Order: sequence, then structure tokens, then C-alpha cells
Amino acid sequence: MDKQMTAAQVVAQLGDGMTIGIGGWGPRRKPMALVREILRSDLKDLTIVSYGGADVGMLCAAGKVKKLVFAFVSLDFIPLEPYFRQARQAGAIEVMEIDEGMLLLGLRAAAWGLPFIPTEVGLGTDIITRNPDIKLVDSPYDDKEWVAMPALQLDAALIHVDRADTRGVCQIAGPDHYMDDWYARAADKTYVSCDELVPTEYFRDPAQARLVHWERAATTGVVPIPGGAHPTSCSPLYGFDVPHFKAYNATAKEGGIQAYIDQYLGSSEAEYQQNVGGLDAIRAIALPTY
Amino acid sequence: MSNAATDYTLAELCIVAAAEAFRPDGEVLATGIGVIPRLAASLAMKTFNRDLMMTDSEAFLLSEPNPIGARGDDFVQANETWMGFSRIFDNVWSGRRHAMLGPTQIDRFGQSNTSALGGTYEQPKVMMLGARGFPGNSISHPNSFFVPSHNTRVFVDGECDFVSSIGYNPARLPKGHSLDEVDIRMVVTNLCVMDFGGADHGMRLVSLHPGITVEQVCENMGFDLEVPADVPATPAPTEKQLAIIAALDPHNQRAYQIKDNPPGNPSGGGN
Repeated sequence: MDKQMTAAQVVAQLGDGMTIGIGGWGPRRKPMALVREILRSDLKDLTIVSYGGADVGMLCAAGKVKKLVFAFVSLDFIPLEPYFRQARQAGAIEVMEIDEGMLLLGLRAAAWGLPFIPTEVGLGTDIITRNPDIKLVDSPYDDKEWVAMPALQLDAALIHVDRADTRGVCQIAGPDHYMDDWYARAADKTYVSCDELVPTEYFRDPAQARLVHWERAATTGVVPIPGGAHPTSCSPLYGFDVPHFKAYNATAKEGGIQAYIDQYLGSSEAEYQQNVGGLDAIRAIALPTY
Repeated sequence: MSNAATDYTLAELCIVAAAEAFRPDGEVLATGIGVIPRLAASLAMKTFNRDLMMTDSEAFLLSEPNPIGARGDDFVQANETWMGFSRIFDNVWSGRRHAMLGPTQIDRFGQSNTSALGGTYEQPKVMMLGARGFPGNSISHPNSFFVPSHNTRVFVDGECDFVSSIGYNPARLPKGHSLDEVDIRMVVTNLCVMDFGGADHGMRLVSLHPGITVEQVCENMGFDLEVPADVPATPAPTEKQLAIIAALDPHNQRAYQIKDNPPGNPSGGGN
């Protein structure tokens, strides 16, 4: 089965009002080229589920987001994501604010076909009082109440990986695949952009196969986009682009998202990469040290 | 105290005081978020609690803490296992962790806020990070706080604007659960050390940093603090501790964590 497609073909399969999960974490390994293709589209009223970074900020600023399911939105070295803040402070988006681990449990529940997973996480906090859709349940085994974290069913998941073949075998070679395997399993359709398209034989080496975190049956489409995570990192291939994030952050104070879009977005990923200095420049960005 | 230093910064005093939070922990994951908490956990792991576990802030567990910042091309970090973020939750929910964090607000119950200030929940005046992992941390394992600027905006009157983490608030206690399931250990600030060992889990003064008075601390709290009859001074770092801290923080990031990087002992040696 050949699952190779273009970013435009991916976005054509998405619809207004869909719930879309976005893989990665903060400024790390986000499917930004696919996010940019959404920015170029007419899609609207999306519910976004994300360990958020600029993916969330850009989509909020562009008016694509009806509701956000999140535990944080941050660029890490710039702790507060400027456009997410603006959207919240303007009351422009609905939110389901949950704990980082609850988000994982919600994806697992969806992946496993369960209505919820019980947990102690959230008890006693405003996660419960501010989310009327998150219920407490009595345990059949003790006299305590627990949080019933509901399944976070995704219409689509967008993920960026280091390598994939056209059949949907996806490899994350960086040190952490975050929760991306659960995004892939929680979604009806999972679209994966990859820095390198490789032949299936690449994975014959067990050391390479070990870095494949879900089965190809959970992958719907594969979009080869070298550098497609920019300005986020795709370790070990490249780090996140600090000057670019600073420039992005500055537009929130002056010019707004339109200034950012005018300067960088372009009508295609090729144009975007030209606007940010080209693929070689992206691949030359050093990895961060913590 | 043997080898007590006379010349040290307030940041270094706080690191040494905060390290004490990890002394009784045994073999748990010590997570210090921010420079001072991270150095505190690292100092504890290098000295009096060698059993602590720590990550590289990315995806590996280390048998020796990493120095902060750029470490040179020949540096080899002491990995002992993979510890990606999904596995962090397996550890968190097992309870074998102690985190030290710096929330924006803390209230009398030890509830904390990392999310939103003022306005309404639908439209807050100031949006911050979000709840992050605070809800899960607070119900699953011991937690401590570090506050670089002790004032009434942090230690708020009433409840936090948004309650990210569970505290000792009977009104929010879920059915069948006990306040004993909550374990808030130590609160280290630029003025003092506190805990929740007061009456009914109230906040209590444990020690005062050199030159700081009880009145100064109380004036900077939005709620009443329990003050024991005798409040000792926060112990000064030893020369050995200062040397270990310097090695763990070769780029001196600790100098930028407390406003103006004041000396730890205003009446003592110069700075």
C-alpha cells in the first residue's frame, strides 16, 4: 500500500469542526509544515489537542481554533506562548485544560476504545471544577471517588517523524517520541510528515526497527517534507530555531500574526523554506543543551 | 558548623536550604524545575542522598547529575536508562518522585497556580502556562516549592485564582480521600524556609535567612503564618557545598535567579 501524499492532500482530507491531535511537545518535533498548510487553507472551527507550542499559537492567531484541549502551551525558552495568551486573554477560544498525564490517559482511552480511564489526577483542583465534561466516578472496589478521564477521540492526528517509508512505517530517531504513538492510535486518520523517505529495507536493521513506535496500520498518510518540523526541533537532525521563535514572539507585540505570515509563510513549503534561509540552514541548527 | 562559609550569595543559601528537602527521600526521582531547584536536587544527589535519581531534562535518567548549560564536546553524560516523557508519568503515578517547582501563586492550603490570573476563567487577565503536570504531581508524590520573590502576590490572600495543584483544603477534598494523601514538604523563598507542619496543615516558619526578621516574612504573606517561639537561622553553606554548586553550575546561572543576586549573609563577609 502506497500512503505517500502531499501536505495539500492531507489538508483536503480535513474538515471544519474536526478534532485534530498534534504530536510533539512544546518547541520539539511538531509537524509544522502540516500546520502551515492548515494556515494556508480555509479550515475553521477546529478542536486542537496538543502538548502545545507555536503550533497552537499560530492556529489560534489565525482564527482556526474553536476549542483547545491542553495542559500547557509554551516555547520552553520563551515560557509563555504569545498568541495562545492573546487568544485566552481575548476570550477567543474554548478550553479543556487538563494535566499533562490526563491528556495521555485520554489518548489511551481513545486508542483502546474505552469511554474513560480512572485516575487520581485532577482530584481537588480546578481541572475538575472548570471542566463540567470531566466526571468523578465511584469506584466499584473502594469507597473513594476518582476522576473518569474521558477518551480524547481524534478525527485526525498530525505527527512529524525523522524517517518513514511509503507504507507508513515511521521512525522517531530522537531521544523521545513523546506521546506520538498514542496520538497515532487515538486518531481515525494519522498523517505523518517525515524528514527522510526511506526504503522499507531500512528497517531490517533491528537497531532501526526499535525506533519505530507504532505499527504502519496506524498510519494513514506519509508526507516527505525535509525540514518539516522547522522552527521546532527534530532531534537528532536539527534543533529548534531560537532566532526564528524570537522573531515570531516579537510579532505578537508588533505587527501581529499577519506580519509573521507575510514574512515567512509563503504559498508553499518550498517558499517557506526559502524565506527562512533554506533546508541547509534548518539542518545546521544546533541541538539544545538542557 | 564546620567549614561554614561566610561569603556566599542568597541563591547559594537557597540551593543549600532547598537541597535539604531531598535528604530523607531515599531512592526517588528528584525533579527540580528551574536553576535553583535543579541545583538543590543535584547537590543532594552529589552529597547526602546518593540514591536519588535524576533526568537530563530530556529523555535519559542519569547516575550523576549534569552540570547546567553548555558542557563541552568531550562531556559524556552518565546515562543509566531511557526516561522519555511518557515513562515519567509511570514514575509520577507510582509516587517515587519528589518535585520542586515554582508556581506563580501559593495559598494558605498549599494549593498553587501555574495557569491564569485575574479576569474570568473564560477570559483571564493574564494567561500563563496552563496546569502542566501540577495536578498529577500534587496528588501522586511529595512536592516542594521555590519562590525567588517572596511577596503577597505569590502567597495570596484567599484561594489561588486557578488551583493547579491539590493542597490541604478540606473543602476540595474528594469523597473517601484524606488530606494525608497530600504531601507538600518544603517552601524555600528568598526570605526564609517554611513548611506545612502548622496546626491543621497550616503554613509554618522553619528558618529565617540571615538578616531577615519574622515581621518581614509576615508582611509579605497574604495569610497568617504559624511562627514557632524559636526560629533558627537558615544554615550557611559549607565551603565544600559551594564548590560542588560551582561545579554543577559552571556558567553561574544561579546569579540570575534572585533579583540583584544579593549576598546570603549581609552582615558577614563581603560579596
